[in-house]
Amino acid sequence: MEDMDEVVQEFLVESRENLDRLDREFVELENDPTSRPLLASIFRTIHTIKGTAGFLGFDKLQSVTHVGENLLSLLRDGSLGVTSERTSTLLRMVDAIRAMLDLISDHGTDGDEPYLELIEELTAHCQGAGKRGSAYAEAAAPVVPVVEALADHEPAVVPLSADPVVAEPDPAPVAPEAPVAEATPVVPVTEPASVAPRADADHPKANEHAGEHVRSGGGDTSIRVDVKLLDQLMNLVGELVLARNQILQFAGQQEDPALAATSQQLNLITTELQEGVMKTRMQPIGSVWSKFPRVVRDLAVSCGKKVRIEMEGEETELDRTILEAIKDPLTHVVRNSVDHGIEEPQRRLEAGKPAEGTLRLRAYHDGGQVVIEISDDGGGVNCDKVRRKAIDRGIITQQQAAKMTEREVAHLIFEPGFSTAEKVSNISGRGVGMDVVKTNVEKIGGSVDVQSVQGRGMTLTVKIPLTLAIIPALIVSVHGHRYAIPQVNLVELIRVERTETSRGIEFVGDAPVFRLRGRLLPIVWLAEILGLPAERETAAQNVVVIQADDRQFGLVVDRISDTEEIVVKPLGPHFKGIEAFAGTTIMGDGTVALILDVLGIARQGALVSEERHRRGSEDEAVHERRDRESQTVLVCMAAGQRVAIPLALVSRLEEFPRNMIEKAAGKEVVQYRGRLLQLVSLASFLGLYADHGYSDGHERALQVLVYNENDRAFGLVVDEIVDVMDADFSAVEHSDRPGVPFSAVIGRRVTYLVDVDTLIRSTIDGQMAMSSF
Amino acid sequence: MSTEQMYATFYVEDIFFGVNALMVQEVLRSQPMTPVPLAPPEVTGLINLRGQIVTALDMRRRLHLPERDASKPPTNVVVYTDDGPVSLLVDEIGDVLVLNGDDMEPLPETVDRVQRDLVVGVHKLDRQLMLVIDLDKTVRPTPVG
Repeated sequence: MEDMDEVVQEFLVESRENLDRLDREFVELENDPTSRPLLASIFRTIHTIKGTAGFLGFDKLQSVTHVGENLLSLLRDGSLGVTSERTSTLLRMVDAIRAMLDLISDHGTDGDEPYLELIEELTAHCQGAGKRGSAYAEAAAPVVPVVEALADHEPAVVPLSADPVVAEPDPAPVAPEAPVAEATPVVPVTEPASVAPRADADHPKANEHAGEHVRSGGGDTSIRVDVKLLDQLMNLVGELVLARNQILQFAGQQEDPALAATSQQLNLITTELQEGVMKTRMQPIGSVWSKFPRVVRDLAVSCGKKVRIEMEGEETELDRTILEAIKDPLTHVVRNSVDHGIEEPQRRLEAGKPAEGTLRLRAYHDGGQVVIEISDDGGGVNCDKVRRKAIDRGIITQQQAAKMTEREVAHLIFEPGFSTAEKVSNISGRGVGMDVVKTNVEKIGGSVDVQSVQGRGMTLTVKIPLTLAIIPALIVSVHGHRYAIPQVNLVELIRVERTETSRGIEFVGDAPVFRLRGRLLPIVWLAEILGLPAERETAAQNVVVIQADDRQFGLVVDRISDTEEIVVKPLGPHFKGIEAFAGTTIMGDGTVALILDVLGIARQGALVSEERHRRGSEDEAVHERRDRESQTVLVCMAAGQRVAIPLALVSRLEEFPRNMIEKAAGKEVVQYRGRLLQLVSLASFLGLYADHGYSDGHERALQVLVYNENDRAFGLVVDEIVDVMDADFSAVEHSDRPGVPFSAVIGRRVTYLVDVDTLIRSTIDGQMAMSSF
Repeated sequence: MSTEQMYATFYVEDIFFGVNALMVQEVLRSQPMTPVPLAPPEVTGLINLRGQIVTALDMRRRLHLPERDASKPPTNVVVYTDDGPVSLLVDEIGDVLVLNGDDMEPLPETVDRVQRDLVVGVHKLDRQLMLVIDLDKTVRPTPVG
């Protein structure tokens, strides 16, 4: 009985593998309907399944495959031509076989479903052969529709169907090597150029593959290994790496040359072993992609589109856990491209594109990461539509939408609850789409980017780490305990000191920030995230700048240690729901350390600020009504007056030492990022006396808000930056001061709202007296 | 035919407990512990058990008993669970007892609700009572938050 189970298991594994290949081969067959090696390979697969099913007593499976085999043998002998109808029926048979295999693996039987309809259909196709005329006529005629579709590429298919090779009977369908050898004079499988130049030009990889399967029967250089065993090996290697780390640490403390040499040896061997075992878990990405031609074909047919799929870099290898994790997201992206990206043939022709759309998959290694690009030559992201949708869904405001660049708009498709499909199809357009793709990719430490040119197509780039099991990480500590931050999330390390020249960590309202090269970097204390007390007031802070999603933040830690290769181990069920941790690891000295989940920390940080925000609003009556009129403003002091500027208009905050100011053409400028930045005194503009710190007795650095308009930049000089607040623009009062049309109560105090446009206009016109700073 | 059952026994706050000895992987003296911030209170931390990371649960906190005297290091009773081994921190380890499973009686209703939830029954021994721990319930995570 045990033996029987094993046989069944083997049958299942083998058949599933073969079926995956069948899907691809059928799609290829539609492009190249006369390819005998393909037909022979398909026939062999079905024949094998039929044989084994009969032997194992799976009658239903046998009866379905039997009719299928009949049809296939007719196709192979050329008595019937390959049509898309026949292919569809055969694909349905493949699905039926798959369903039965699933039943066998779950329940041990091939089920009660007799698939009568399918069998009838298959039989009907077979009977067609007898009634119609000669083999040639039959073979040529049905090919025509396919040829029409490809007409612009390949006018040579029709004559080829009459090629002698089609009519040549295949006496040895089961011997794997035979068809190749036999066909070589006319159809060299590995060099299909002589038969189908089009197919060769457009599907070089696909054909290579076709060649591979035919060859694959021959070699015994590979064996089947249970994935569980590989996982176990990987775990053991993980342990070994840890033990090695400990030995190395120990050996470092001893002064024994023999021990040092041996541990060095151990180190090298462990590293090599680790690489070797990791390689065994690597799988080519092609194993996931192989399903796509079928997916694309079915989808294209159901949408009435013509789509060709091209693949490059299928051999690119990835750890199988990662492969497993990106399978669904990738499928979703591919479906999305066919469903939304590529247009109907008619529209494509109108747009001056070939009727057949192209979907390109490309994978390659790039610096310890794997990059997967999915591009189509469809309509790209329709920016106007996306903007409108995003406003409708309340994801962005009208003002935000107006300011967004095309790239930013394209990124909106990753927002939760976003979908531009006009009609909800059963394929995509249910509002759960790209955001799920993004989350899933990020879960495994990857990132997603989109480039789109409207009308020309879009490219989605997915970057993922090679492996998840062993990763480089930075070790930091807080309250004497160590934490690991995955290296992929690191941007830089900085030490923030409060000195004469630097302000250290500042506060915008309650929110701590640090000016990192002019940009405001939000600061989070790791201790606070972990619910521990944080020392905010020390003179120097260690800040780890982290990239989470599309933003950066600074994580303050007590100590920064080294980077180390760590073995990632999952956290137990008691820690579900704690966002701050991604897993655990064992350090060189044997203690357990937690791996931080930077996305979780970023989320947690944002949550805190949201709460703070809410609290703030409750305090202030003006903030009660947060509607479209409300806007986030930067409140600053200019000549003792509180003024507010919409935060969105300010691109950067800068500090310039006074000796940087130069005069150019009667204007005061500073050199800034390789250009001249014209300085405008906000106080002078408002007709107030500009002081800017002279009365303090020492020369403070200038506080400058950098404002970009088109390609010109202006620096608005203020005395002090107070806070970032939400202002309610519905409760403004008109003021009679020039340049400040309105005043409002912001943060309980009267604040002038600066009309930056007028300010800049008057500066450009040179109407303003530039007073000294 | 009596159903013989082997119990690994331990003390928590002078209460005598027993668990199915077949579910106990090993007993260890106090181990270096890495605390996990934000974790539920009964989770004391993580220990490195020969390269395997094991969650340690403080039985005193789990049973809502007073805190352990810091000067007395706890003993780890490592038990098998569906999600890998979990260590139960107890005050002191006792003998392995073989008892007749049929002799077990339900716990009186007057016992604290949490303790009654985690105990399947009582064995009346000559000198004391032994409370039989329901391991599944004891190691089941309580929701975080």
